[in-house]
Amino acid sequence: MAAPTREQQVEWYRQMVLIREFEEACYHLYAQKRITGVYLHLYSGHEAVGVGAVAAMERGKDHIITAYRDHGVGLAVGVEAKYLMSEMMGRRDGVSGGKGGSMHLASREHNFWGGYAIVGGHLPLATGIALANQYNQTGGVVISFIGDGATNNGYFHESLNLSGVWKLPVVWIIENNLYGMGTEIIRSAGNPILHKRAAGYGVRDMERVDGQNILAMHAAVKEAIEYARTEGPVLIEAMTYRYYGHGVSDKQYDTRLADELAQWKAEKDPIHLFRSKLVGRYKNIELELNRLDDDAKKQVAEAVEFAEASPLPRTMDELLSNIYVD
Amino acid sequence: MATKNLPMREALRKALMEEMHRDQRVFIMGQEVGYWQGTHRVTRGFIEEFGEKRVRDTPISEMAIGGAAVGAAMAGLRPIAEFMTINFAFLALDAIVNHAAKIHYMFDGMFKVPLVFRAASGWGDQATASHSHAPEPIFAHFPGLYVGCPATAGDAYGMLKTSIRDDNPVLFSESIALYAKPGPVPDDDNYLIPVGKADIKRPGRHVSLITYARGLEWSLLAAKELEKDGIDCEVVDLRWLRPLDTALVFESFKKTGRAVIVEESLPFYSFGSELAAQIQEHCFDYMDAPIKRVSSLDVPLPYSRHIELMALPNAEKVVAAVKEIL
Ligand SMILES: Cc1ncc(C[n+]2csc(CCOP(=O)(O)OP(=O)(O)O)c2C)c(N)n1
Ligand SMILES: [Mg+2]
Repeated sequence: MAAPTREQQVEWYRQMVLIREFEEACYHLYAQKRITGVYLHLYSGHEAVGVGAVAAMERGKDHIITAYRDHGVGLAVGVEAKYLMSEMMGRRDGVSGGKGGSMHLASREHNFWGGYAIVGGHLPLATGIALANQYNQTGGVVISFIGDGATNNGYFHESLNLSGVWKLPVVWIIENNLYGMGTEIIRSAGNPILHKRAAGYGVRDMERVDGQNILAMHAAVKEAIEYARTEGPVLIEAMTYRYYGHGVSDKQYDTRLADELAQWKAEKDPIHLFRSKLVGRYKNIELELNRLDDDAKKQVAEAVEFAEASPLPRTMDELLSNIYVD
Repeated sequence: MATKNLPMREALRKALMEEMHRDQRVFIMGQEVGYWQGTHRVTRGFIEEFGEKRVRDTPISEMAIGGAAVGAAMAGLRPIAEFMTINFAFLALDAIVNHAAKIHYMFDGMFKVPLVFRAASGWGDQATASHSHAPEPIFAHFPGLYVGCPATAGDAYGMLKTSIRDDNPVLFSESIALYAKPGPVPDDDNYLIPVGKADIKRPGRHVSLITYARGLEWSLLAAKELEKDGIDCEVVDLRWLRPLDTALVFESFKKTGRAVIVEESLPFYSFGSELAAQIQEHCFDYMDAPIKRVSSLDVPLPYSRHIELMALPNAEKVVAAVKEIL
């Protein structure tokens, strides 16, 4: 595999800081009640996983689906921040017209099949999307993210097995951030080495990947996609960490896990690590990266402004539209 | 009877705590019931009080939670299985309806299934379609299962105790919106509200408002409002959807000759349709007006807040329905 170019890497950096800015904005907007509701799960800390995986996709051909921690995937596949932010705020210009909210972002044109809020619920959907690709001989591969906690529900087992039986073109990526809500993986998995489950289903086991290292993520997913395209399903376990606890309902994470969190931020922050690597490798790149940092801030500020100016749905027609296909 | 004013959450907690002390066979399992202190804080302090043997954090495995509760109950324990929200009980629907509800019958009385499925229920606060259900009538559809839906702290206390002590499986629904709502709770360890016993929460002469769970609040508010116009509402709180206290409903209807059925769930094949059918069948000679139903609109709930509220029942809608038939 050819090494990623400087240009590619700069683009990945851009996506990662954009995600970080977007999530920080969501966090503050929620505190200010400008984003309302009960569910908001931020992707901060996971950036290298999402961006690395998306970078390995063949755009226009491959597909991606995830759970409710979905903002990062939306941005990485290239949905404009303003349409995602509008969805956070339940606006008409939101990607799902304000009906779906933070947990249900999607973009048909980007082959982003959505975020889903029932744990594990999207895994058989990934199986089905992969089946459609196999059936129609598109050559397309589906990337499906999976929470570590989600590996313990029936959907996971049934979906992986079916993908193994039918040799479907799926890359299953466990985003192992060590917790499902407040439960550490060691208290919820009989065998906490999650990637080993692949063996039981005839899915290729690509083992653990450092999810804080975007280059490692990209390389692993690239290889996985190539394999899946011709041979069948693959499982990767990406090791990562969530910076804002489970979600806005999680009021205790920063006290409960203060030391652990501080350590991850100090030693394993995916953006910081990548930035140092780029600065070490490429002369004069720092100015360019600084500019991307500023651009991300600006873009998110504009997205917020756009979203707040977008109207809220208010009519009975809007409420009742799209229950059925007309 | 001496009472203490407690939020429903604390009333439930007190009932659970007392019943676990009373009977060593009773234990609780579910997601985040232990170290996280319960998603809704109903089991706050339980892990410290009873230890890991009797307060069991589970993986995100609804099928196994539901089915393991059935097996443990058959084998002599008295499980309380908690679904973090009732939306996730759908994943365990088979364990609940095909096993819990049917085993006593299918084996002609050989096995008992004394368990309680507790589930936090209801919509609101932009939880979005997949997380916005009050589906108690679905569970009440199946013979062999009891369904309890308390509307007040005192009822929650007495009904949960009864559910734990009863030898039949009970689906016990706790409205998330009512957890914080205070009310008098009897100071009596043996305060039991019989299964299937409804309660008149407000006597009246002109119209019967028949309801359960959150509907009680809207009905009482509406009754207060209508009082200003000299309309005297009787508010019947069913408390249990199964068994259904039709005797009390008929008695009330025969007095008033008019009914508005108030429910938080969806209108199709609903609590309202069942009750309306029963009333016309048994009280036809007493009917002075068509029976009205106030429920959610027939639509999946959207995220965006104005259209979400539009879809939901409230006291004004109850007032309007009453005025239509008077
Ligand atoms: C079937 C189901 N059960 C429970 C929940 C509640 N819930 C939402 S997220 C979550 C934790 C999931 O953890 P994990 O899969 O590790 O994903 P993460 O949040 O860490 O990204 C739980 C228990 C749910 N949404 N769906
Ligand atoms: Mg996790």
